[in-house]
Amino acid sequence: MASFGRSVRLALGAWALLLLVIAVPAGAQQVNPTASAVKEQQLLQELNRIQGRVSIPDQRSGVLEQPQGREWREFRNVTLPWIGGIAILGMIAAIVIFYLTVGMVRLEAGRSGRTIVRFNAFERFVHWLTATCFIVLAISGLNITFGRPLLLPLIGFEAFSEWSQWAKFAHNYLSFPFTLGVILIFLMWIGGNIPNKVDVEWAKRGGGLIGHDHPPAYRFNGGQKMIYWIVVIGGAVVATSGYALMFPFYGTGIEGMQMAQIVHSIVAVLFVAAMIAHIYIGTIGMEGAFEAMGSGEVDVNWAREHHRLWLEEQNARTGPNDGQPQPATEAAE
Amino acid sequence: MARMKFLCDADRCIECNACVTACKNEHEVPWGINRRRVVTINDGKPGERSISMACMHCTDAPCAAVCPVNCFYTTADGVVLHSKDLCIGCGYCFYACPFGAPQYPKVGNFGSRGKMDKCTYCAGGPEADGSKEEYEKYGANRLAEGKLPLCAEMCSTKSLLAGDGEIIAQIYKERVMKRGYGSGAWGWKTAYRETIES
Repeated sequence: MASFGRSVRLALGAWALLLLVIAVPAGAQQVNPTASAVKEQQLLQELNRIQGRVSIPDQRSGVLEQPQGREWREFRNVTLPWIGGIAILGMIAAIVIFYLTVGMVRLEAGRSGRTIVRFNAFERFVHWLTATCFIVLAISGLNITFGRPLLLPLIGFEAFSEWSQWAKFAHNYLSFPFTLGVILIFLMWIGGNIPNKVDVEWAKRGGGLIGHDHPPAYRFNGGQKMIYWIVVIGGAVVATSGYALMFPFYGTGIEGMQMAQIVHSIVAVLFVAAMIAHIYIGTIGMEGAFEAMGSGEVDVNWAREHHRLWLEEQNARTGPNDGQPQPATEAAE
Repeated sequence: MARMKFLCDADRCIECNACVTACKNEHEVPWGINRRRVVTINDGKPGERSISMACMHCTDAPCAAVCPVNCFYTTADGVVLHSKDLCIGCGYCFYACPFGAPQYPKVGNFGSRGKMDKCTYCAGGPEADGSKEEYEKYGANRLAEGKLPLCAEMCSTKSLLAGDGEIIAQIYKERVMKRGYGSGAWGWKTAYRETIES
């Protein structure tokens, strides 16, 4: 038995020796352990990011390298300030030039002294809810992009950081009432804001902005419909992209957040530019316009000049008492 | 002045995670934050490599460039540090960082992320060197004591190197020359716009 075991061992030994002899020439050809090793540049070229496995619980840290932050940095530090600067300063410049050359759009027939309800209390509440949130959101948002080059050198690091901290909190928390306002605006005024043939005519005549033209309009004219859709669509986009940033990694990775920030900021600066125009036309740009959102009642002559079809609708609905012929109507037409 | 850098020799890293543990312990880093981690690429396949990664203290650091409140600064040693007093927790540095270094104590809490935390190269923060405030906010300041980052000091295979960029690059080059191979200085091209010939 022992001799059998020995012979087996001997046979195995001889076999192993034989294998070694065969293997040696192969082994002598200098094994390169990196021949199949992963290469950084190759991985980056394939996917533009390098990802692996980590043994710590935070699985997101498995992303080793993602150099695309560089492009995002370029956008955030160079492209966005240009887009924002041109859009906002351009809009302000255009308005200033318009105001200085054309001036306030006056009530041509003067005030009639009689008013008609244009926006009820709820509509005005929703408008101002959205508007106040928007102004705070716009200022705190612009601070993130333009604060460091413009405001920080003026007030210093501590004060700027303190202000930016509060601005960030305001930006995050006011996004909720703002989103609610946008949703309510969407539902509340969708009826009057479907584009139709009247708007084509309105647009052809340039909205009556130049000269003393008053293209007819229902409750909302072409320009107001544009503002409505800018608020609804722009609001939806900034809200969605903003929440993606507020809740990191809920459905987005780093690239997703970079994209969300790009979309959020571009739409936001254009939104601000559009709202500057809206604020202008609602205040110093047009006589009698602010009352619509102030007291909620506009002068009948204002309604006739700017929303003739709407006024006719209202008169038809409220009965003959309000619809009595008025000398001014004949004169105007 | 030295230009401090990290270099992970991926052909030596055995994914023991001693660097991760040393860092967490040395700086009493809170739960959920890992200033350093080890990532294994091609796990279980031929050519698998593990790389220990933290803030690379980039040249022309993207985090510093995008910070809305300018809370970052680079020390004379080339270490990228930030002030937690100025940080507003907006998350911009973490969008820009190629290495996933910036982290927040309260991710996903209505955007109130808290102050950003990242590797300090064991060099603390803007507070007085070795002070209690500095330790509470940023952890130990070993550099001020003349010591190198603990992760690299603790590395069992001397895979992770920390120190002046030229010196650690030289050590790595000699290694590559001697053993005949090297998978390169991971992250160097992205962080320092240069790489080590191997």
